[in-house]
Amino acid sequence: MPNKKAKLILEDGTELDGIQFGAANSVSGEVVFNTGMVGYPESLTDPSYHGQILTLTYPLIGNYGVPDHKILKYFESDKAQISGLVVSEFSESYNHWNAKENLGQWLERFGVPGISGIDTRHLTKILRERGTMLGKIVIDGKDVESYDPNHDDLISKVCPKETVEMGSGDKSILLIDCGCKNSIANNLVDRGLRVIRAPWNTDLNQFEYDGIVLSNGPGNPEMYLALSEKIKELFKKNVPMLGICLGHQMLARASGAKTFKLKYGHRSQNQPVKEKNKPNCYVTSQNHGFAVDLSTLPIGWESWFENLNDGTSEGIRHKRKPWMSVQFHPEAVPGPVDTQYIFDEFIKTLD
Amino acid sequence: MKKNKKKILIIGSSALKIGEAGEFDYSGSQAIKAIKEEGIETILINPNIATIQTSDYLADKVYFLPINVQFVEKVIEKEKPDGILLGFGGQTALNCGLELFKKGILKKNNVEVLGTQIDAIDNSEDREKFTSKLSEIDVKFPKSKAVATVNQAIDFASQIGYPVIIRIAFALGGLGSGVCRTKSEVQKLASKALSYSPQILIEEYLEGWKEIEYEVVRDCYDNCITVCNMENMDPMGIHTGESIVVAPSQTLTNTEYHKLREIAIRVIRHLGIVGECNIQYAFDPHSEDYRVIEVNARLSRSSALASKATGYPLAFVAAKLALGYGLFELDNSITKVTKALFEPALDYIVVKMPRWDLKKFKFVSRKLGSSMKSVGEVMSIGRKFEEALQKALRMLDNGFDGITANRLEIVFDNLEDSLLQPTEERVFAVAEAFRRGYTVNKVHELTHINKWFLYKIENIIKTESELKENKNRLSAELLLKSKQLGFSDRQIAKSTDSTEDKIYKRRVKNNIHPKIQQIDTLAAEYPAQTNYLYLSYNSQFDDTTIKLKNLITILGSGPYRIGSSVEFDWCCVITGKTIRERGYKTAMINCNPETVSTDYDEFDVLFFEELTLETIREIDAKINPLGFIISMGGQTPNNLSLKMDKAGLKILGTSTKSIDNAEDRSKFSSLLDKLGIEQPEWSQLSSVPEAITFANYVGYPVLVRPSYVLSGAAMAIASNDDELLRFLQKAVDVSSDYPIVISKFLANSKELEFDGVADNGELVCYAISEHVDNAGVHSGDSVLVLPPQRTYLETVRQIRRISAAIAKSLKIKGPFNIQFVAKENKVKVIECNLRASRSFPFVSKTLNRNFIEIATDVILGNSVEIIDDLNFNYDYVGVKAPEFSFTRLEGADPSTGVEMSSTGEVACFGNDFEEAFLKALISVGYRFPIKSILISSGTIESKAELLEAKLRFYKMGIKFYATVGTAKFMRAHGIQVETLFWPLKNKKPNAVDYIKSGKIDLVINLPKNFQEDELSNDYIIRRTAVDYKVPLITNRQIAMRLSEALALKSMDDLLINSWDVYK
Repeated sequence: MPNKKAKLILEDGTELDGIQFGAANSVSGEVVFNTGMVGYPESLTDPSYHGQILTLTYPLIGNYGVPDHKILKYFESDKAQISGLVVSEFSESYNHWNAKENLGQWLERFGVPGISGIDTRHLTKILRERGTMLGKIVIDGKDVESYDPNHDDLISKVCPKETVEMGSGDKSILLIDCGCKNSIANNLVDRGLRVIRAPWNTDLNQFEYDGIVLSNGPGNPEMYLALSEKIKELFKKNVPMLGICLGHQMLARASGAKTFKLKYGHRSQNQPVKEKNKPNCYVTSQNHGFAVDLSTLPIGWESWFENLNDGTSEGIRHKRKPWMSVQFHPEAVPGPVDTQYIFDEFIKTLD
Repeated sequence: MKKNKKKILIIGSSALKIGEAGEFDYSGSQAIKAIKEEGIETILINPNIATIQTSDYLADKVYFLPINVQFVEKVIEKEKPDGILLGFGGQTALNCGLELFKKGILKKNNVEVLGTQIDAIDNSEDREKFTSKLSEIDVKFPKSKAVATVNQAIDFASQIGYPVIIRIAFALGGLGSGVCRTKSEVQKLASKALSYSPQILIEEYLEGWKEIEYEVVRDCYDNCITVCNMENMDPMGIHTGESIVVAPSQTLTNTEYHKLREIAIRVIRHLGIVGECNIQYAFDPHSEDYRVIEVNARLSRSSALASKATGYPLAFVAAKLALGYGLFELDNSITKVTKALFEPALDYIVVKMPRWDLKKFKFVSRKLGSSMKSVGEVMSIGRKFEEALQKALRMLDNGFDGITANRLEIVFDNLEDSLLQPTEERVFAVAEAFRRGYTVNKVHELTHINKWFLYKIENIIKTESELKENKNRLSAELLLKSKQLGFSDRQIAKSTDSTEDKIYKRRVKNNIHPKIQQIDTLAAEYPAQTNYLYLSYNSQFDDTTIKLKNLITILGSGPYRIGSSVEFDWCCVITGKTIRERGYKTAMINCNPETVSTDYDEFDVLFFEELTLETIREIDAKINPLGFIISMGGQTPNNLSLKMDKAGLKILGTSTKSIDNAEDRSKFSSLLDKLGIEQPEWSQLSSVPEAITFANYVGYPVLVRPSYVLSGAAMAIASNDDELLRFLQKAVDVSSDYPIVISKFLANSKELEFDGVADNGELVCYAISEHVDNAGVHSGDSVLVLPPQRTYLETVRQIRRISAAIAKSLKIKGPFNIQFVAKENKVKVIECNLRASRSFPFVSKTLNRNFIEIATDVILGNSVEIIDDLNFNYDYVGVKAPEFSFTRLEGADPSTGVEMSSTGEVACFGNDFEEAFLKALISVGYRFPIKSILISSGTIESKAELLEAKLRFYKMGIKFYATVGTAKFMRAHGIQVETLFWPLKNKKPNAVDYIKSGKIDLVINLPKNFQEDELSNDYIIRRTAVDYKVPLITNRQIAMRLSEALALKSMDDLLINSWDVYK
């Protein structure tokens, strides 16, 4: 079956021609870019990308195929979470011992279309200069309604229905799932903790635990008022709390700080962050479009990490209470594992 | 934590050699810039006069002295630096630094090692310490054992199982390493390797494993990043310097990439490196198993490549870190708004391809393996692997248009063998296999190359077939697709029975042009503030438009190779610097990652691109410069002059017509006849019988040479009819498009080198240097001395007069070089190049007048002062000496001839010839004092000619060994000598055994004729000397001058003077 003609259309009217691969249905969403050079199976299954059409700036994608979709350890969730994928070259031929199929076949399995032959560098520059935009992948001229994930309750769409318990250990962690990456749970389990992975909208009072982890997730933190209220309740429990990515933004919001939308976000595996007032720096994996406004941090909280490039908030912590959060992904996957020690720091506060 | 330093000593890497080339000019130059910026005084020791780092505007003081402990110690005592950098001059600097430390010289003089400390260097260099450090942090390395005897080597090999690899600690470029599949191979290689080093390593051989490298940077705050990773297309077994390498890795998953990254950081932290280093892995293609192969605790060839591949200035940053900066305190110099603490995100693929010159060497083994033989490399950038791969093959400037559809295809008699046993032609064998219908699986089985790369190469071959099938109806889509896969117009023309020009016009009609792409370190996440550019057909939009007024484009020299290396980079960089100082803007086109000219801040615009007409034309259309300077980058740009002129590109300086008149042998000879200038009798070859008749008429020996070639490729001296026939065939193979010329070879005459600049035909400045070797040795392999020492004044006067006449008649406007041969005041012209020559840096730095700056002014049309009194107006002497890399070229005959074989050069100054000469010889590896010499001095004539030298050595109390005939001759002249048997005579005492056992300090072996072509006794003696690192002299003049110099000077007479003392 010859691949179909496809178009990427942005809300500002930009149209780029390409070739369809993966599923053959048109889609719409928010167009974002990620500059990581490896890790497409992990990125595409990251629930934080829900509602987004993802552009990969590395031009050769699919080189090592995709592992068996049933083996969850290779993925961040059980399906492709992105709405659509934009690449320069899709490598149909692939080679890797753990690969089961090519990227197109895998995307098709989840009904996600891809478009190749796009000048992704040009597209990235448009998004960098004009900011993240809505857009659609139109295949064979079949138009679709546009869709704005910024006004949607995405975390309810991506969080699981059921609570699961994982791992075993003396200490228990309540992992509040807003679209949690598997790696966060795995990092906790690997450190000898019992993890209660509960959907954010379940009744959290039913659980017994020693600490709380607020997961990553998609969308605009301003939208999640109910979650914010829940966190305010949790503050009262006075247990250690770690927020990651959206969890960081929600923790900040619940404490009274504000968030704002970044022009084009941080989506890459090479974001440098620096620990405040220390010479320690880390290269981190990031995937977020919103940031915490540091000037609105309430009394009692302090900046912990800041982005070395643009000075935005990369982590905050409470001066007295065991509450901390990071904007980057200490669990990595995809990306550098340098900040996995954050989990250890958190665990130290459980005693 | 910033160090409070006043004066820092930087050790360079000396002459270019295989395994240690121009990359260290790049790293040293960056280090000097980084340190100077801090207001700290910089002292550089490096006898490599052709480098940019030894220019007068970089280090505060330059010492053109040998890089060894004796000389460096004296410099330290004189200069009293408070810091020293060891990581910027390759293995040479590192080894010297280790020795300085171990001898307590650094401590005694209060010199602090900056950056990575000695114990960390030692832990990475000493194999046993290295592996024990790795074990401490649970990092895997190949099973291996250090052994000191051949028997221990054999025992351990059988214990871990074959194949095994033999390695040597403290070696550059994997010298003496190799794979052994049998006991007898271990026996042979181990005994050789043990002659270099008291300790060798036997290791498990990880056949077919991927080879991956990471470049790691760490600051004194323990912040650690990996700037770039690279994957070798050729798996384990082929030295990374011999491999086709891509960046970033293409076949690693996230888990694998970050697993290796994490190990890299763990290892580098544990070793305690501060600055830059490189870690190499073997990686199992069937699991996530790995081995750490090695860590280079210094800037390396790979780090130069990584710098160019990513835009991250590793050497500059490493120097700042050595001064105590944190990574977060340094800016990303490309974006200027982000910091140096980050890991570049690439949005392109880089392909590095080695350049070999193996065909220049007689008897050399062409098999690639674990030791390095390539002499240079290119780097190409594209947005598809196919695009970058084919670009890289063109950049090599070997006559290839890509991986396929070449004008001359390589014939593979035994294709499977060529796939199985890699030579420098293997990548073409892969293409040929697909043409013959091999499957990817089959090629993978034979080569172990990852199938992903093979699918892409197969794709190129499929597209070639598609082109062939559609030759009469080539669609715009197919044309674009071919361009996207890196096909040049000429390849498309070849595949479709068309012409390059027709394909070009077809592209213009369909508006198919490459787009300008910026290298920005962050994959477009932040805007780049530099014009570091490449071209790609896989983009739809130009990243940037260059609208610079008064822009001048300079063509660089392409890959380093024998006959063209860092000297032309110096010329290009100086040209760019001068043009900028005159208020113009500059653009550079070059493709060599080992150069300073490809630093994005040396010019206003840098195109990391091909030096082909097709590409230059596209760049011209995009940036519209005032014109091109093609006379500074050596023969590669010079060869483009006719084509560029025809394509309507403006060439600045001497006209294309004049260049052609000088390059075309026949036209040039007619010109000389017209001017009444003598030249050796010559004839243009039209048939073999005619050639034989001519040779017999003028009398042998005769010189055979094709025109338009570099460094004497396929040049040869024939002494009889048989030799002539053989060389003629070789010359036709090399250059079929251009005429071949035969000329009378003037034996026993002197050669002189004229380097000058003329302005519209008027001589502006010039230098005349004398070859110490007689005619017959390629000028690039000769020892050069300035001013001439043994030349009549009348000869010099004639040379000046002739050169002025040629300059006038060719209306030369820019740099030029003429080679003369002189005998008893009769001067003849051998060759003329209307471009800068190899010796321009030498004469400029010796005379302290920058000929390139003057030439650039002439080209720009600025008025320049005429300097006619330079040559005798100074009271010191400069001597330039060649560096040979024969040790690395297994089997190659280490003798000099009309075809150039040296890979680099040094030059030193002295108050007289002897002082400068000895310093230069020490710089290229001669060791003094000499206590014993083995002589076999060729014909009876040369025995006699060498007698004076022998007597002089004898008076110094040197012990002589000689082969039978020479021994007899010497005894007859009253010299005591011990006779050794010829190698092929299986009798003891044998010359070979004596060389091997270290009883000989110097071998003098004079070949019996010009062109020895057989594996003779003499060859074995020469080869053994080289293999066992015994200095070798194959030239009578050098032997004589050495005997004189040693009679006059002791080592204490070699003064420790910096360059400015001579200015």
